[in-house]
Amino acid sequence: MNKLMKSSLAAVLALGLVGCSGSTPAADGGTTDGGDEGSKITIGFVTDKGGIDDKSFNQTTYKGIVQFAEENGLKEGTDYSYLQSNTDADYTPNLTQFADEQVDLEVAAGYLFEGAVNDTVKQYPDQKILIIDVGWLEDSPNLQQAVFAEHEGSFLVGVVAGLKAIENGSKHVGMVIGMKSDSMFKFWAGFQQGVWAVCPDCIISFDSCEDFAAPEKGKTLAQKQFNNGATVIFSCAGASGNGVIQEGAERRGNGEDVWVIGVDTDQYEQGIYEGSVAEGNEKSAILTSMMKRVDVAAYNACKQVAEGNFVHGVVNYTLADGGVSLPENNPNLTEDVLKTVDEWTQKIISGEVTVDSKAIETDDRIQ
Amino acid sequence: MKKYKASTISLIAVLIGFLLASLLLLVTGRNPVNMFIAILRAMIGFDLTHPEKGVNILYPLNWLLNSMPVILTGLSVAFAYRTGMFNIGGEGQFIVGALACTFVAFYVPLPAGIHTVACVLAGGLAGALWAFLPGFLKAMRNINEVVICIMLNYTALYLNTFMIRNVLPININTLHETVKFPETVSLGSLNFGTASKFNWGFVFVIIALLLYWFIIEKTSFGFSLRATGFNKEGARYAGMSTTKNTVLSMMIAGAFVGVAGAIVTIGVYGYGRIFDAFDNYGFDGISVALIGACKTSGILFGGLLIGLLKSATTTLQRMGMTKSITNLIQACILILIAIQYGIVLVLNMINSKKDKKVKEDA
Repeated sequence: MNKLMKSSLAAVLALGLVGCSGSTPAADGGTTDGGDEGSKITIGFVTDKGGIDDKSFNQTTYKGIVQFAEENGLKEGTDYSYLQSNTDADYTPNLTQFADEQVDLEVAAGYLFEGAVNDTVKQYPDQKILIIDVGWLEDSPNLQQAVFAEHEGSFLVGVVAGLKAIENGSKHVGMVIGMKSDSMFKFWAGFQQGVWAVCPDCIISFDSCEDFAAPEKGKTLAQKQFNNGATVIFSCAGASGNGVIQEGAERRGNGEDVWVIGVDTDQYEQGIYEGSVAEGNEKSAILTSMMKRVDVAAYNACKQVAEGNFVHGVVNYTLADGGVSLPENNPNLTEDVLKTVDEWTQKIISGEVTVDSKAIETDDRIQ
Repeated sequence: MKKYKASTISLIAVLIGFLLASLLLLVTGRNPVNMFIAILRAMIGFDLTHPEKGVNILYPLNWLLNSMPVILTGLSVAFAYRTGMFNIGGEGQFIVGALACTFVAFYVPLPAGIHTVACVLAGGLAGALWAFLPGFLKAMRNINEVVICIMLNYTALYLNTFMIRNVLPININTLHETVKFPETVSLGSLNFGTASKFNWGFVFVIIALLLYWFIIEKTSFGFSLRATGFNKEGARYAGMSTTKNTVLSMMIAGAFVGVAGAIVTIGVYGYGRIFDAFDNYGFDGISVALIGACKTSGILFGGLLIGLLKSATTTLQRMGMTKSITNLIQACILILIAIQYGIVLVLNMINSKKDKKVKEDA
């Protein structure tokens, strides 16, 4: 027995030695204080359970960090890196790991990090942290909270929806939200103003899933709105919104002229419907998406740290600074529509039009 | 054929598990030494690549923190196993434990200290009740407890979501968890100035370990449980109530996990939360029980090992290795223990060769 133990131990050690000579050393755990080296900074990004390739907040945020890193010649692994979390219990240890290594900036995206970030900010008063899409934490000199002017972005997709409803003659659009809450009503306010800006007599169907994780509810409400005559629905309900997209894609697959507008990230891929794939040219039921540019927020925070002017408190990303926008590519929008959207964008940026973040709750045109 | 101690087989399985992981790292062009450096760092907080930084107590504290729930779930699986049952319902029992603890935290006002203990006991009770059904159906109608347990896991998951969304005071900013527990509910903090969430919950773990040892090894009740596990019909012939034993054994197993759910909820989070998916503490308990061969000391070491692998995912990722490597090690160990007869065969072959050689030499 003892001999067996010894030989397996020896094998482990031997493997290690081979490894030493054979492969390159992995990422260096420690980091130097990069503050005085100009743009050479270290960045640590912690993902939630969705992982680094979630096609949503995590992936997009990291894209912003990578963009900054490439522009400044930072190396992945040594200068910037990410830690993925298996469970909610990993958030604090992962944030702590980077804080312990004294990275110049830590980034976390989404409300799931609320508690863990709050703890880490207090535990490590010198550790700069950016949390994205959370704006209600207690202010601290080392914490930046990035929030977005969702009402302005929603105004633009409202314009798109209104124009589409005029084009196909229905003059009827819809919106499905996840929950009747203040933050959701910001989307609703912008959307209704946008629709009525281009189509004052358009009808808007408005429903709430009262659930962010129930695609079947989103699907049912989308069915109801489409059946009532809506031709474009703004799906604004987290995972419940996937049901809206699914319903839109199924109907387009059956030849109906209906559309869905995505939210948070470019949801074009999710709306690709079956019939079109078989024909070889993929088409999506997603007309366009109201994007929150979490990558811009991450990029800007990195830049601020590099330039030594990190801003604490709540940072509001608006249309003017590219914090909310339509996707770069909109295969389903015509040049004319995009031109009109640009005109409205300019009007909002110049202050000629202000988008109210309070929604009108009762109106004859709301169903 | 020679018999080997369970601990010998577990030890061999663990060694081979690490060996295979090292091989895999080597094949994928990474240095396996870094894996051991990362695991050492997660264990004692000493970074061999930066010896000047000294020992950081944060890491051992996080290791112990990660081990607490898996030791409890390991005890649970082992307890049921000794009575001839397989408790794969740990996930569900964990969630109802957390839920019951959250209810008591908000709706049963008690003075500090007592309130915390009440929350933990409520968690244990809920876990026991959740495990009652599979135990009862097994005892009365011989319905396979595995199927019932797995179904109840999902029932618990959605029940918890429903309760937090509709009954408990929800955090309106996120709609994903309750507001913070009142201050009377706390397991304190034993972080020694670090950011670790290590807390007094470990006391409950030690009590659970002692209880397990005492019930299984030292009481006639434990003896009749083990007898039921060895041979149900034999136990019944000897006049033991196998029906009662089956139900009680599942309930005690469920209570261990319920307590784990409560101490994690209070100690790590401080609020009740919606589970998007299982936390896997219940499933990890199966590994712990198997590694520990259902012995008290074995479960303690098995729990510490799985806890270490869990807490090492962070340091491993920082050393440029995927976090899945720890799952791989865990899987290898499990498979090897499952085929332990094969290990015994190999050991016998080695020994018989040795014996021959000794004879020849003589």
